[in-house]
Amino acid sequence: MSRSFGFNTISPREKVARYILLAFVLLITIGPFLWQLSTSLKGSGEDIYTRIPRLLPSQPTFDHYKAVADTIPVWDYARNSLVVAVLVVGGNVIGASLAGFAISRLQFKGRKLVLGLFLATLVLPGEVTIISQYVTVREFGLANTLFGVALPGMIGALNVLLMYNAFRSLPIEVDQAAIVDGANAWQRFVFIGLPSVRGTISVVAIFAFIGAWDDFLWPLIVLTDPDKYTLTVGLQYLSGTFSNNPRLIAAGTMIAFIPIVIVFATLQRFFFKGVEEGAVKG
Amino acid sequence: MRHQRWFTPWVLVIPALTWLLVFNLWPSINTVILSFTNAKPLGGGTFVGLKNFETLIQDEQLRWALLNSVIYMVVCLPFLTVLPLLLAVLVEKKLPGITFFRTAFYTPVVASAVVVALIWQWILDDRGLVNGLAEKLGVISGPLPFLSDQWLLLLSAISLTIWKGLGYYMIIYLAALGNVGRELHEAAAVDGAGPLRRFVHVTIPGVRGTMILISILISVSALRVFSELFILSGGKGGPGGRDNSVVMLIQQYSQGFEGNLGYASALSIVLFFVTVVPMLVLARLNNRGAQA
Repeated sequence: MSRSFGFNTISPREKVARYILLAFVLLITIGPFLWQLSTSLKGSGEDIYTRIPRLLPSQPTFDHYKAVADTIPVWDYARNSLVVAVLVVGGNVIGASLAGFAISRLQFKGRKLVLGLFLATLVLPGEVTIISQYVTVREFGLANTLFGVALPGMIGALNVLLMYNAFRSLPIEVDQAAIVDGANAWQRFVFIGLPSVRGTISVVAIFAFIGAWDDFLWPLIVLTDPDKYTLTVGLQYLSGTFSNNPRLIAAGTMIAFIPIVIVFATLQRFFFKGVEEGAVKG
Repeated sequence: MRHQRWFTPWVLVIPALTWLLVFNLWPSINTVILSFTNAKPLGGGTFVGLKNFETLIQDEQLRWALLNSVIYMVVCLPFLTVLPLLLAVLVEKKLPGITFFRTAFYTPVVASAVVVALIWQWILDDRGLVNGLAEKLGVISGPLPFLSDQWLLLLSAISLTIWKGLGYYMIIYLAALGNVGRELHEAAAVDGAGPLRRFVHVTIPGVRGTMILISILISVSALRVFSELFILSGGKGGPGGRDNSVVMLIQQYSQGFEGNLGYASALSIVLFFVTVVPMLVLARLNNRGAQA
């Protein structure tokens, strides 16, 4: 599917120019991460402030990764982030597909109203209600708990709408045929609906995972006990409280960064397929 | 015609609807209620009437935060509407290895704002990469205080937001470019239009709607900025707290014995109005453009 300018063939000169530009942008987008990775691996005796930057460490070492774990319970933080992310992914995949299916494929009174409610919340930036959301979570007795961090994001309105949109593109005749064959709503959901929206489900899952793993403001408000921090809050704690050693902070950021890159790189084909299916149109 | 028991749809919808009511609708109402109280982060609080709003008007930090937000939005808008479109055109053609480049360009988006802000903190440090290189090249004689000067700090955070946003908006443009008809490009090429003219007269009109949508997204997210400024300023909001954003102020009032959720809620209401304005303006521009 080449839809670019003009025609399928491009001149060798254009090709070279494109690769040069691509390499330049690559340097800008990936360079800082590589620099941080390099800093995290440089030995304590190595001058990291040298005027002529050296990308490759001359005394490579994993010591700083160990030192991070001695300073803050970084692996516990990673586990905490994972727990929150798994809860949020599970909640969204289940809750949003069920609701999206019902709103798009089943007839019932109040359907339009329900859809309108989900649409209406989109104009509301999350930060506006973050304080009263904290009050709600506190009333549930979940302040300073990981479950309290995960709970409000477990079924996002945007994800319900994405699933609604995905189920809607399935032709109605398929449903009618299934009804004639005696399939009930649940069977139509499991055997007809779900298999046809796998692309969108993966987009929802990927974004729910990334969003929960990366989130900072909300866990910062909910969690007060350093034992319960997620990685992002823990990293801020590390850099703010304990350390002026850039190597140590670099190692900490890599511990938070590498898992999410692996997740994304592994699943990126589903993501870009979802983009082509129209799951990411804002 | 219905083909299921009346309650079946509701069984499927109720979990999502419950979340919507408990974690979206009720907090919206409760924000307004709380803004008339002096509720404390650890519980308790009483009705204080309009006191929070009277404080708002005299809050110098809020004035700085609003000014910062406007600067943030005005600088981000041109860069983030144009650069990602150019990137999308660059990665649109399916050259060998293009998936790698697309994924790589998207990496800053999937990284946490905390992670990238800590990386940039190191790069912009007095003895970091940027100052080191600039001194080596003799462009500057002493390090530039990227992280301690009020305006340089704001500018550093803005650059970080732009850098982090490139890949995100690139993907949205990429999806939109797929809908710009190839025939139009070919017709224009046959008529002798070069790449630049086709970009201006075919590509840009083709993605106009997306551009407006993206402008809305950029404005709203610029006004909601938190992590970048928080981390780069070490949580302190710059010299004299003049580099705070509205969300940073909300966060500051949300914690500890000094915290005041009532005032934080009043600030949230300010945030709501501030973010709704550009949405309405740009949506209106879109409507007018569509009619013309």
